[in-house]
Amino acid sequence: MVQVFENKTSYNVVGTRPIRHDGIDKVTGRAIYGADVKVPGLIWGEVLRSTEVHARIKSIDTSAAKKMPGVFAVMVHQDLADPGTETTRNGLQDVDREFFNIMAKDKVLYKGHVIAAVAAIDRNTAQEATRLIKVEYERLEPVRNVDEATSPNAPILIEDLIGDHLGENVANTNIATHFRHEFGDVEGGFKLADLIVDREVSLEMVHQGYIEPHNATVIWHEDDKLTVWSSTQGSFGVRDQTAKFVGVSPSQIRVNYSEIGGGFGGKTKVYLSPIAAILSKKSGGKPVKIVMDRPSVFQATGPAPGGKVKVKMGVTNNGKITAAEATIRYEAGAYPGSAVNAGAICIFGCYNIPASRIDGFDIVVNKPKSAAYRAPGSPQAAFAIETVVDEICENKGWDKIQFRLDNAAKKGTRRGDGVLLEKVGFEESLDATRNSSHWNSPLGKPDNGKLRGRGLACGYWMNGGGPSTCDLMLSDDGTVMMNEGSADIGGTRASIAMQAAEVLGLAAEDIKPSIPDTDSIGFTGTTGGSRTTFATGYAAYLAAQSMVKELKTRASILWEIDETDIEFSNGVFRSTKESELKLSIKELAEKLGVTGAPVSTTSSVNMAAGGNGYAVHICDLEIDPETGKTDVVRYTAIQDVGTAIHPSYAEGQIQGGVVQGIGWALNEEYFINDDGSMANYSFLDYRMPTSLDLPMIETIMVEVPNPNHPYGVRGVGEVPLCPPIAAVGNAINDAIGKRIYEQPIKPGRILDAISKD
Amino acid sequence: MHPFSYVAPKTIDEAVAVLEKNGTRARPFAGGTDLLVQARANKWDLDTVVDIKKIPETMSLEVSQEGLTIGSGVPCYQVYNNEQIKKEYPGIVDGALIIGGIQIQSRATIGGNLCNAAPSGDSICPLIVYNAVAHISGPSGSREVAVEDFCTGPGSTVLQNGELLVKIVVPKPNAGSGTAYQRFTPRNEMDIAVAGVAVSVQLNNNGDDFESVRIALAAVGPTPILANKAGSSLSGKPINDDSISEAASLAKEEASPISDMRGTIEQRKHLIEIITTRMIKEAVKRARG
Ligand SMILES: Cc1cc2nc3c(=O)[nH]c(=O)nc-3n(C[C@H](O)[C@H](O)[C@H](O)COP(=O)(O)OP(=O)(O)OC[C@H]3O[C@@H](n4cnc5c(N)ncnc54)[C@H](O)[C@@H]3O)c2cc1C
Repeated sequence: MVQVFENKTSYNVVGTRPIRHDGIDKVTGRAIYGADVKVPGLIWGEVLRSTEVHARIKSIDTSAAKKMPGVFAVMVHQDLADPGTETTRNGLQDVDREFFNIMAKDKVLYKGHVIAAVAAIDRNTAQEATRLIKVEYERLEPVRNVDEATSPNAPILIEDLIGDHLGENVANTNIATHFRHEFGDVEGGFKLADLIVDREVSLEMVHQGYIEPHNATVIWHEDDKLTVWSSTQGSFGVRDQTAKFVGVSPSQIRVNYSEIGGGFGGKTKVYLSPIAAILSKKSGGKPVKIVMDRPSVFQATGPAPGGKVKVKMGVTNNGKITAAEATIRYEAGAYPGSAVNAGAICIFGCYNIPASRIDGFDIVVNKPKSAAYRAPGSPQAAFAIETVVDEICENKGWDKIQFRLDNAAKKGTRRGDGVLLEKVGFEESLDATRNSSHWNSPLGKPDNGKLRGRGLACGYWMNGGGPSTCDLMLSDDGTVMMNEGSADIGGTRASIAMQAAEVLGLAAEDIKPSIPDTDSIGFTGTTGGSRTTFATGYAAYLAAQSMVKELKTRASILWEIDETDIEFSNGVFRSTKESELKLSIKELAEKLGVTGAPVSTTSSVNMAAGGNGYAVHICDLEIDPETGKTDVVRYTAIQDVGTAIHPSYAEGQIQGGVVQGIGWALNEEYFINDDGSMANYSFLDYRMPTSLDLPMIETIMVEVPNPNHPYGVRGVGEVPLCPPIAAVGNAINDAIGKRIYEQPIKPGRILDAISKD
Repeated sequence: MHPFSYVAPKTIDEAVAVLEKNGTRARPFAGGTDLLVQARANKWDLDTVVDIKKIPETMSLEVSQEGLTIGSGVPCYQVYNNEQIKKEYPGIVDGALIIGGIQIQSRATIGGNLCNAAPSGDSICPLIVYNAVAHISGPSGSREVAVEDFCTGPGSTVLQNGELLVKIVVPKPNAGSGTAYQRFTPRNEMDIAVAGVAVSVQLNNNGDDFESVRIALAAVGPTPILANKAGSSLSGKPINDDSISEAASLAKEEASPISDMRGTIEQRKHLIEIITTRMIKEAVKRARG
């Protein structure tokens, strides 16, 4: 169902900046995160992880661990509940393969792959017990990247994998999927072109780098009900996946909401809850808690895929794109399911291209199974397309904004995967870029011998929809208790509550949001895909509308007049006939008792799609030509946010995305040893930027309301990560006159490029 | 990590006795910023950590006519906040200031940095070019070892079973001398040296010639390296771009790095040449005041 809204331009609450409802809890330490959970009788779980990158497990001997004093339970893969025979068939769902990712059965596919687990009286005992488990491996050759995985004699990671290669079933392959999106006359389009640029970029895996490690605490009660605490982006996802792998129905599991110390897509996956559940069961129902350490987070939880992206684009001399082609090969990690589908949707999302062909490859390699990371698959794709567009403009001497405007995606543009766009704000964002103070200020020349450059790049993310639930309950004092099902990873309690407040004519503070456990709220999808302010916010809007309707009924009872003679605006009910009859919501709330039952409303929605998000970034940087060190000195992110419900949090999302993107561009990578293991599994050597590596990130929010949302919300949290790799890369090219096609564009690579004249 | 016991002896003799008795299953514990991280990563199988910070000798920080004494338990922040040290030993401050962030510096010691013997240890090269001496106590008494001879490999030192670093003594620099240390890291802070160089220069009375120069290189070999050829190439030479660039290219030759996640051989050698040049110039600037 697509309802189209006429957007207002002025609101009472939407667009203001109230303090977030969970702010005091978080700054005072009152907020309970997953690892804070303490329950009487708690014992600790710990997992044994593979020291091998690719190996067959010949035997696992847990006898010594079982005998160790203080140990309550030991488990291996066979203790999980097999979700069904279809797990070994073609068409396997990604989530089914998680059965082997959570705990390896007969093969380990990356260093850090869980092999067994122990529950013991305390954490140290559990850790020591895992060291007593003996694993015999038969070492296999590691597959370290997409080229190795697809070479003729590549070792096969998953022997029962049947690849889907353009609709054909192919056995004995590491390519899980090869798909194609194609429309128009691509070859004909290239013939019309006066210039064709064809480039391939390569990227390494990168991690989201959230501060809080994964954790889970589970109690398997004697009546086979389970209570779970876990820091997650989606409690219902934890419930359903845990149920599947421990052999109970989802309704037997209650997942409590915990605050979350960062996720960025990485906490959409479930690693520990099924293990803690089985350990609890085997320990006679003791609560079992497991918390990962940082090396495990890096080595065994889903990074964003690395891989290779090739883009070929043709343009005419008068600046029109005639055709484009892309080949995207992403590392899924150990099991199928990289973000290549989304990468393919996004790669040409900024442009109106008459003919295009996109080939996507999902390729398994001996690295941790990849997971979502803000706009999964799009930043890597943007690095390729935005490098090519930059080269075309440089080659032709074209204005980089004008070329993009001349070819910009707009309402009616057919996206690379065939979808027709609705009203989007890319042109408006480009206009705002052209008018920005950053774009109009000279780059300047440093006097310290450094080289300065400016880069521009764009990005696209489609944003998600999906199911959400929100309940509202009016209290006697006129405040409204709000329950909603979305994990709050970016200020969404506030942005959802504000939408209810806007409808009800109340202040944001009058709405009291909570996120209850999975038994106490209707199903709500995982927080991800920039869907939450959009979809759960819409549920809040509808629940608030129902509340207004119900309150009109109550006012009509109170005033003994007809409901149709009552109007509601700015939080006040008025009789349209008798001007003295008016009551604010607060006044009405006190009188509810005499009009009937308590007033509570609920709304569940399933939103088709979010509003497409567009971003344009400008990056100025300085390079020390003697050391190859890059310092980003100025950065402006321009983005169509639809409507910024809470502008500070929308800005925060944009700034955070840019920061992660700068890290991705310059230094972050899974540095893989010859044996296929990750070398840099600590924050010391996995070089994310610190505050000292960054300028203030300036933001310009463009508001082109999404026609499919009452307040025009589009979703803002992901598209800011799409342009930075390319923006930084284009700026480096501007500074040193050389293109570097390998991410990260680290000092050594810059030195090499400079010295190769 | 399994449980271990914690002891905090009040005298050197007591500390030496515990260390000797427990052999490799005990380690001295200064700030613990290396030790605890490594214990968690199972690098050590420890029964006992021996906190050295209750021993008065390890906690002294003194600037006198003879030189600077840094007890092995003194945290970096005390070193770099000391006005006299800032003035007279800026090269020591250069190193102490960049070891970790403020939380780390509140615990981390220069002694621990030296005993940890990482080729990238940021305080070691400055100590070397200042001719610092490590004072060691052990079961068979006390001995002194020049810091340049202290590290014997990545993570290994001259310390024998039961031995303890008590203090580091840095001789007082002469007039007309200057010292500086810098490392290269891709990030501006919280990073580990890809390559680092400390330079100490002694100028002649006019301040236009080098009298003697010491150059030490970090993160480009199994231990911090005293680059003898590079340093001595400058003896008696005029201070100019030619002499400096010759020394820098000799330093580049003396570096013997490996390629790893932090940098490649070529990159590190190149960086040594660049940073040596920059540090010689900085040290000269400081010598001239
Ligand atoms: C976040 C972080 C950032 C860091 N950044 C840097 C950096 O930028 N540069 C850098 O060089 N280092 C860095 N380090 C490493 C560490 O902080 C330094 O090496 C520090 O100087 C170690 O001092 P400590 O007092 O903590 O040593 P400890 O950890 O206490 O000891 C280190 C080693 O020396 C031994 N030891 C300690 N005292 C004695 C003694 N008196 N006699 C004999 N043996 C002894 C210990 O047994 C141990 O093996 C960092 C560490 C962390 C955790």
